Amino acid sequence: MGAGSLIALMIAAIAFSGIAILISKIVLKSTTNKQKGEPYECGLPTKGPSWIQFNVGYYLFALIFLIFDVELIFLYPWAVVVKGIGWIALVEIMIFLFILFMGFLYAHKKGALKWQ
Amino acid sequence: MWSLEQLANTVHEWLNETFPSTWAMLIEFVIVGVCIIGLFAMLGLVLIMMERKVSSWMQLRLGPNRVGPGGMFQTVADTLKLIVKEGMTPNGVDKLLFNVAPFVVMIIAMVIMAPLIFAKGLQIWDINIGVLFITAVSSVSVIGILMAGWASNNKYSLLGAMRSGAQIVSYELSAGFAVLVIVILTGSLRISDIVNAQADGWWIFKGHIPVWIAFVIFMIAVTAETNRAPFDLAEAESELTAGFHTEYSGMKFALFFLAEYVNIFVVCALGATLFFGGWQPLHFGTDTTFNHIMDYIPSSVWFMGKTFFLIFVIMWFRWTFPRLRIDQLLNLEWKYLLPISMFNLLLATVIAIAGWYFQ
Repeated sequence: MGAGSLIALMIAAIAFSGIAILISKIVLKSTTNKQKGEPYECGLPTKGPSWIQFNVGYYLFALIFLIFDVELIFLYPWAVVVKGIGWIALVEIMIFLFILFMGFLYAHKKGALKWQ
Repeated sequence: MWSLEQLANTVHEWLNETFPSTWAMLIEFVIVGVCIIGLFAMLGLVLIMMERKVSSWMQLRLGPNRVGPGGMFQTVADTLKLIVKEGMTPNGVDKLLFNVAPFVVMIIAMVIMAPLIFAKGLQIWDINIGVLFITAVSSVSVIGILMAGWASNNKYSLLGAMRSGAQIVSYELSAGFAVLVIVILTGSLRISDIVNAQADGWWIFKGHIPVWIAFVIFMIAVTAETNRAPFDLAEAESELTAGFHTEYSGMKFALFFLAEYVNIFVVCALGATLFFGGWQPLHFGTDTTFNHIMDYIPSSVWFMGKTFFLIFVIMWFRWTFPRLRIDQLLNLEWKYLLPISMFNLLLATVIAIAGWYFQ
């Protein structure tokens, strides 16, 4: 089967989740009161908004991840042909990895990988 | 001999003879959809039961034992309970994202099944970039988690989602490097090629040292990617109640839960395919009695056996290691696993080019 199976699987997933939610909507009896809709924070009333600025540490890791993920994508086609090409491919990828590894060491030295 | 491959082929031929080709294709899609939904439901029931039983036996408890023989139907009872629970939407949430997030997570869990080989010749889509497809689609699941966490308007959810995002994207790298080792040795991204390359021995035996290192890294990385203990700080019960799905209840919660277990199944199936030869039976040497006996065990049993063994190992981890702190978690990935897997990649390349693996 071709790429059409992906659409079939997506429709199957939506149908499965949708029907499950629909059944529970039909079956249940809903009541409302004032406290019910409050955010669950272990019984204490919520203080301040939840949509706040977040720790920049996560952002730094996301940036470094982006570089390495793109590197990984470049490695996939290389990995398929490397056995056919031979030692030249190894030398080339070592240069590529070396440059990236220097960048990684730089980020490490700058403290981007340290959690504060 | 009767096999799933023959069954699939017979159905395919019969449909093409009886109906015009467009209709036959549509009917096949429906059959595939129904089968995968059935697989989902079965996996949910079996894996949750297995999780509870493994946990209880490791702690010298009995575990669920009241509903059905040996507590077999406990999960069915739980599902029925979840159906009659109200799936509420709290005040102040982002309604659209909050309701779409479970669908996103489920769609990803289902689409990722497409290139997997469940038995000999039983595969939904034999795509030529199968391994890349699985890695790519599985990394989209972080979007569903971030959506759920952000839309919930709850501090626990937001923290859980952020941690989960940082964790999944970090460990995806070393999982990718571990997968690349097998791709280098096989020279193909197609899952069926990778399985066929292991007909004379699984990569874990043939590939020796680099594959062993890759396998250990792969297991650590997928445990982290599926938010399992000891890397479960995205939903650490004792600090964040339930992480990104704190605000979800009823059926929407059940969908997240199901998707989580299906993801464990998918990564373990991928591990079984890459390192343990998928549906290939265990063979020693050529043409011995042992090999013939092993050939009689159906290929689907081999695949499921290997997958469930890896799932058991991941459940074993949960009761063996204490939970990590977030800085320890990120240190482990960035300072140890990533450099090790980069050097392991070079080692595997040398061994692949020089032909120093068993052939």
